[in-house]
Amino acid sequence: MTTYLLRRLAFLVVSLLLAAAVLFLLLRLLPGDPANSLLTIGADPGQIAAARHQIGSDRPLPQQFVTWLGQMATFDLGESFISTLPVGPEIAARLVVTVPLTLLAFLLAVVVAVPVGFLAAHRANRWYGPLLNGVSQFGIAVPVFWLGMLLITSFALYFHLLPAGGFPQDDWADPADALTSLLLPVVTIALVMSASLIRYVRSATLDVLDSDYLRTFRALGSSFTGAMWRHGLRNAAVPVISILGIELATTFLGAVVVESVFALPGLGSMLAKGIAQHDYPIVQGVLFVSTFGVLVIGFLADLAQRLIDPRLRGTTTRSAR
Amino acid sequence: MNRKTTSLFGAAAALALALTACGGGGTGGTGTDAGPNSGAPAAASSDPDATIGIGSLYEPQNLDNTAGGGQGITEAFNGNVYEGLFRLTDDGKVENLLAEDYKVAPDGLTYTFTLRDGVKFHSGEPLTSADVKYSIEKVTAKDSQSARKSSFEVIKKIATPDERTVTVTLSSKSISFVYNLSYIWIIDHKATGLTTTEAGTGPYKLGTWKRGASLTLDRFPGYWGTPATNKQVVFHYYTDASALNNALLTNAVDVVTSEQSPDALEQFKNNGDYKVNDGHSTTKLLLAFNDREAPFDKPLVRKAVTSAIDNKKLLNSIWGEYGTLIGSMVPPTDPWYEDLTKVNPYDLNLAKKELADAGYPNGFAFTLDTPNYDPHPTAATFVKSELAKVGITVKINVITADEWYTKVYKNRDFAATLQEHVNDRDVVWYGDPDFYWGYDEPQVTAWVKQAERSDTAEGQTALLKKVNEKIAADAASDWLYLYPQIVVASSKLSGYPLNGLNSQFYAYTIKKN
Repeated sequence: MTTYLLRRLAFLVVSLLLAAAVLFLLLRLLPGDPANSLLTIGADPGQIAAARHQIGSDRPLPQQFVTWLGQMATFDLGESFISTLPVGPEIAARLVVTVPLTLLAFLLAVVVAVPVGFLAAHRANRWYGPLLNGVSQFGIAVPVFWLGMLLITSFALYFHLLPAGGFPQDDWADPADALTSLLLPVVTIALVMSASLIRYVRSATLDVLDSDYLRTFRALGSSFTGAMWRHGLRNAAVPVISILGIELATTFLGAVVVESVFALPGLGSMLAKGIAQHDYPIVQGVLFVSTFGVLVIGFLADLAQRLIDPRLRGTTTRSAR
Repeated sequence: MNRKTTSLFGAAAALALALTACGGGGTGGTGTDAGPNSGAPAAASSDPDATIGIGSLYEPQNLDNTAGGGQGITEAFNGNVYEGLFRLTDDGKVENLLAEDYKVAPDGLTYTFTLRDGVKFHSGEPLTSADVKYSIEKVTAKDSQSARKSSFEVIKKIATPDERTVTVTLSSKSISFVYNLSYIWIIDHKATGLTTTEAGTGPYKLGTWKRGASLTLDRFPGYWGTPATNKQVVFHYYTDASALNNALLTNAVDVVTSEQSPDALEQFKNNGDYKVNDGHSTTKLLLAFNDREAPFDKPLVRKAVTSAIDNKKLLNSIWGEYGTLIGSMVPPTDPWYEDLTKVNPYDLNLAKKELADAGYPNGFAFTLDTPNYDPHPTAATFVKSELAKVGITVKINVITADEWYTKVYKNRDFAATLQEHVNDRDVVWYGDPDFYWGYDEPQVTAWVKQAERSDTAEGQTALLKKVNEKIAADAASDWLYLYPQIVVASSKLSGYPLNGLNSQFYAYTIKKN
């Protein structure tokens, strides 16, 4: 297990470095000059040159990369090209919105998807089994922003029950206030996310329901509930957890859109604005931090699988699931 | 499945998704217009301690307008937190603010300003001539990114004979000098960290700035002049126009500084809880030709194109009943405005005749570089279908704001382009043959130069009118229309600015019932 942990950690570091290089190069492949974001119509050649010098786009690429990597090593995410303000503190301030948003949406999605997926499989022969299945199919096809707009139109504009967007100025000083403003965005992401989760849970449960070990255990006199509890759920959980790891990561993608629709000052809206303005330090910073988060989540999901499934513990590499 | 690979793909996918989601931004953006005069009726009984929520699409990049703060910081801080020696009112007049008085020497080169007595910065420090000198030099400094920097190149020397007197010597006469000074914030010369804090003399001081969300201004108790009619204003920032409209519909904000989605106006217009105000804007939508190169080097070709496009129909399809046709670069709020819409009237037969006379009886083809954000793509499609009627083939090339700046503005690598020009008094660019559109008419260049050196405002106005008439006659560009400036507010609100020249939004006279 220790060897496994060390190898896994080394892999994490290598992946992060690789991601950093890919991020850096991808951004530089974009056409255009970030200095343009600093300029307006009417700027003279002197101001254009000064803007290029200020953000360093007049220096060679390798030099820019080494500078950036050096900053990374000291946990310094640099300064925004446009605002000249440090990126790190701004990311930290916005995590206060994005982390609760992502986690709450994720939890809600799991809470909805696990029982619904289980029911859809267990009651595949009743009328509501296929219905649940059909609803989840539909849910996968629904775009996040559309669902968000639909919820705003009904709950905020029509019933006046919840705010249409925004986040309290004093963040979590009043937790009830903060939760209220996160409610609709959380539901938006959770609904879309649970739609695909339901399908994974359903197919994992179907596999287990058909399995020989479950039939044998029941033949030995166990009740269905007992059999599911001791063996079924645990086996079904293994593939679901690996999917959960990926889903949690993609929730962040949803956050980019949802934060814009709900005017939330989170990481997603910061990223969107950074890209629109070619503000590379902002984009690099946000993607670096989120890549780090994704890798750590993958690592934790791996560990969780090993705790649940003893068959995986002896191996150091990923085994077939 | 290998999760490590997935993670990397995930990051790349996030990037790609976000890229497609947000192409716009950058050079674009419409000037919101504002001034202290309100069009809304005075409130019967207003709450002197009200908090006013202001919704805007223009978040400041930082809090320093010489370090890339952008349009957003002008909107939030001009007149509210920082004051100039002069103030540009909502109807475009210049009045004394921190300058109590000024004198111009007979040679027109030396300006002597007397500062108002008893003015204090938010720190408690008194305003002195040293602060004024520092503030002007901050704008003209080498590393200054002020959009107004070039207007102050005429300054030769700034002297401070005593605490309340500033003397500025110019290298040549500049009739716009006092007007231009209204854009310079007077800053406490001892202040530091101006990208995240402020050091102004205005009726509000900065409360908190929550990046990506809001900026709070609190009434300053030590203000030298008439105190603000509300206790606090909070600018709420949105990236999405419909999120901004929703905020107004749910009373999360009381007023929207500049409505940018024409489709959203209906829901406010027929609702007694809101007032839709039609003010004056200075933002012009241009079909700018590259006047250096064939076929647009011939005025006759440009005139033909101008006459072939039905601007009225275009404006109507985008803004409905709002907006104005101008026929030139000068909006009605500039002193040298004239109605020139008749110079190149919409007339297909005239257009065809002009094309034939110019040597293009069968038309020609050109590429139209079109910024990818509204309203440019819509306008481009319209222009294409209009010009097809006279045999001109348009190839629409959609580009980002950033590409536009490099390709069109810096490299002048274009035949024709669409672009919004936001500033007032910017007809003078036609006097600069090096400007991106390359209009080179020595007479116009001379008039623009002379106008700036005029002794009187009347002299300046007369010359700039000539400029305006000449560029219209030459169809230097096709000025498609002037944007509307629409402030939508709760009907409980009064005293808000309607025009807001050059993105200003004076909040200190806003009242709430």
